[in-house]
Amino acid sequence: MAQAISPPEVAAESGKERYSSDAAGLGKARAGVFMAPALLLIAAFLVFPALWVLYLGLTNYRLTGVAAAEPQFVGLDNLLDAASNPTFWSSTWLTVEFVLGSAVIGQVVLGFTIAWLLRDKRGPIKRVVEGLVILAWILPSAIVSFLWVALLDRDAGTLNALLGMPGMAWLLDHPMLSIIVFNTWRGTAFSMMLYGAALGNVPPSHLESARLAGASGWQQLRDVVFPHIRGHILTNLLLISLWTFNDFSPFLLTAGGPDGKSEVLAVHVYKVALQGGELGYGAAVSTIILLINLVVAVFYLRLLRSKK
Amino acid sequence: MAAIELRGLTKVYPGGVKALDALDLVIPDGEFFALLGPSGCGKTTLLRTIAGLETATGGAVVIGGRDVTGVQPGGRDVAMVFQDYALFPHMDVTDNIAYPLRIKKVPKGTRREKAAEVGARLGLEHLMDRRPGQLSGGQQQRVALARVMATQAQAYLFDEPLSNLDARLRLEARTFLKKLQRELGVTTVFVTHDQAEALAMADRMAVMEAGHIRQIGTPSEVFQRPANTFVAAFIGSTPMNLLDGIVRGDTLEVAGCKVAVPDSAAGLLSDGEQIVYGVRPEYLAYSAEPADGAFGGKVAIVENLGAAHLVTLDVGGVSVQAVVPEGSEPAVGDDGFALPRRDRALIYRNGELV
Amino acid sequence: MTRFVLGRIGFYTMIAVLLAFFTIPLLWLVTAPFTSDPTYEVRVPDFTWDNFKAVVEHPYALPSLWNSVVLSVGTALLVVIFSALAAYALSRVRVPGRDALLYALLLLSSIITGTAAMVPLFQLAVELNLIDSQMGLILILTGGLLPAAIFMLKDFMDSTPKSYEESARVFGASPLQIVRHVVVPVVRPGLATIAVWSVANVWGNFLMPYLLLSDVEKQPAAVITYTLYTEGGQANLSMLSTFGLLYSIPVVLMYLFVSKKYGFRFHGGIKR
Repeated sequence: MAQAISPPEVAAESGKERYSSDAAGLGKARAGVFMAPALLLIAAFLVFPALWVLYLGLTNYRLTGVAAAEPQFVGLDNLLDAASNPTFWSSTWLTVEFVLGSAVIGQVVLGFTIAWLLRDKRGPIKRVVEGLVILAWILPSAIVSFLWVALLDRDAGTLNALLGMPGMAWLLDHPMLSIIVFNTWRGTAFSMMLYGAALGNVPPSHLESARLAGASGWQQLRDVVFPHIRGHILTNLLLISLWTFNDFSPFLLTAGGPDGKSEVLAVHVYKVALQGGELGYGAAVSTIILLINLVVAVFYLRLLRSKK
Repeated sequence: MAAIELRGLTKVYPGGVKALDALDLVIPDGEFFALLGPSGCGKTTLLRTIAGLETATGGAVVIGGRDVTGVQPGGRDVAMVFQDYALFPHMDVTDNIAYPLRIKKVPKGTRREKAAEVGARLGLEHLMDRRPGQLSGGQQQRVALARVMATQAQAYLFDEPLSNLDARLRLEARTFLKKLQRELGVTTVFVTHDQAEALAMADRMAVMEAGHIRQIGTPSEVFQRPANTFVAAFIGSTPMNLLDGIVRGDTLEVAGCKVAVPDSAAGLLSDGEQIVYGVRPEYLAYSAEPADGAFGGKVAIVENLGAAHLVTLDVGGVSVQAVVPEGSEPAVGDDGFALPRRDRALIYRNGELV
Repeated sequence: MTRFVLGRIGFYTMIAVLLAFFTIPLLWLVTAPFTSDPTYEVRVPDFTWDNFKAVVEHPYALPSLWNSVVLSVGTALLVVIFSALAAYALSRVRVPGRDALLYALLLLSSIITGTAAMVPLFQLAVELNLIDSQMGLILILTGGLLPAAIFMLKDFMDSTPKSYEESARVFGASPLQIVRHVVVPVVRPGLATIAVWSVANVWGNFLMPYLLLSDVEKQPAAVITYTLYTEGGQANLSMLSTFGLLYSIPVVLMYLFVSKKYGFRFHGGIKR
């Protein structure tokens, strides 16, 4: 479901067109027919589940047993259960760590660093580095997860071989670190490209003036570049935080273990609802996730609009 | 072949802006008619309304005696060439030209033949298999024309037909279009913002401003006797001198000089009236010697127009421009006198021609 | 001078570190498939095709690749057709509430993710007996991709000149003829982009097929990969590496092809 692209910037809609835009003479009726299949699918498989989850969250629905056949309305019990459930809170906290570590710090910093390093380069170095970073992003998630399982293997993994630390079980002893580094590795491409484009838009004359005035690289960065890309940083942060918050791939790497030590919310919902069968409770947590998504998305769109 | 008639044609946009305000116009059969005006005056809206791409809010459009106001664009028997020619990029020249015939369900063989015929008439024989992207601007225009000719419609509509061509080509294309229209004899309406183009090509023209038609007439009429100060200022490569003046008995006091009343306004003026005196720089005879009824002043600027010069005289603080043939141009700072031609000068009262 | 040299050294060091960071995890994928009896170690391969033979002989490996193709292509087809129709209508016709609808689409595509929707979708699928339906999965994936696709295509169509359609219209073509003759050919690059983007999104999608398809014969490569390393005691590394490589190649090829042809990357909007 989560898109591999950023939602395009909202165009400033204006009704100030001089001529009729209905170039083919479609008319409102036919336009409705054209839009219907798409809107129907969206309503059925996107909107309806989102609304349904609100309802489910208010029941005690389970996959098996009595409550499966006759679910009962339990109101806010599920939410209260969640609030008093330590696993829920630890999972939430782990998710915060995950987002902060891999998105806010990891991908943004790494993405920007790479974009900055490569900013004026053409040639093979840029192509190779960018190509590899993008490769990490486009390879299927199941594959890259396993590649990291292989990398981090205790006995024969390349990391231990390189660091000279045989027997270090990264995934068992440092699960959060593992998934944070993994997700940073995987997701940096997007930030790199975004900052690459943003840096390309900084007028070279500004940078030149600063350089001629004696500014060092770091000072140029601080005084010329950051003001120009400030807006991009915030929108980028919001977007990848949203994606990371919803990311399910930690499941592929650690399945939330060991003992729930890397059970981010996405994995927590899966475990509780689909493995554990408590769909009502799982729906309530899903609703919380939806609401958080909503807040972030609205904030993001507001920011985009105000940038125009 | 048909006449086009507009009766009280009005178009109001959803925001309340009146793009066309109760226009009346008759374009006789076979005429090459220009809609001229500055940007935003409504000329393209008018063209699109005739085509049917915009719906009229009020009034009627009549083509060939048939009221087509409520008829869909495809059913009005008109053909249109757009400013960017709109040649379908995925079809070759033959298919582009044959497209209207395809809509009319003409069988493939016949329509390709017809397309080749029309293409040949416009010198496109060697380009029939090319895609529009492989053609030059001039060639694209001819393909667009061929496509329109293939429709054998009653009237042709051209939206800024020359503005997509570069300056040199434009002049050639002007002559080409005028000749073609004469040969075909099809009623043609074209939109342009370039007054020189309109004057050169049109049999008659309408000068528009803000949704209104300010004057309808032949190029000579519009050039020599613009009906109001708007048209007077808009027409002409060098702007007409429009100078405030007062009637003093049987002469005029304009820019502080005593000037004769023009022939066209003889007997129509009353003493003490405020008027605007209009005379084209081309109709002022320049001389270094003072003359009766001339504007006298110091030469402020001399601009080289090629075979002539545009001299700006500072007449008591007012600028008066005159065109001076080559060889007799003055120097800046000289004293100069510009005598207006009585048969070409005009008087405007409250913006309207007297 | 020293500052320049130090700067250079610093630059190349950083580049080396970055290259190492991004290359090392990938090494295993290119060495292990060609190594007989591979372990987690990255070694110089002895260039054997045995692993590939094993993949071909495995009952679920190649069929799962086919399933991935079916899901990706099926979804892409539906997404392209439905989003093109909707985007065209939204671009050309002033439908009441258009702006609100577009905003809602944008919101929807960001908010309703696989993670947020997995519970209701799973429950609904169980209730309606739609578990194990490839068609059902395709519909769900299509629904998920449509909002963004519509948005991108509408953007693209907005900047396609209207004069082609108007020209055809004055020549007498009906709206549907215009769409067929003129619109579709002209927006083909946009459609191709959406198709490729859809395939890329579905090819690697793990969660939805994992949830909604239980029959191993219907599962796409993403799920089979996961199965290969979690089922049973020891992960079958020769299968995993080789199958993984085969599974990865199509997306890489697609990306190379697209960036060569259109020179843009998957980050929002369509370049023209």
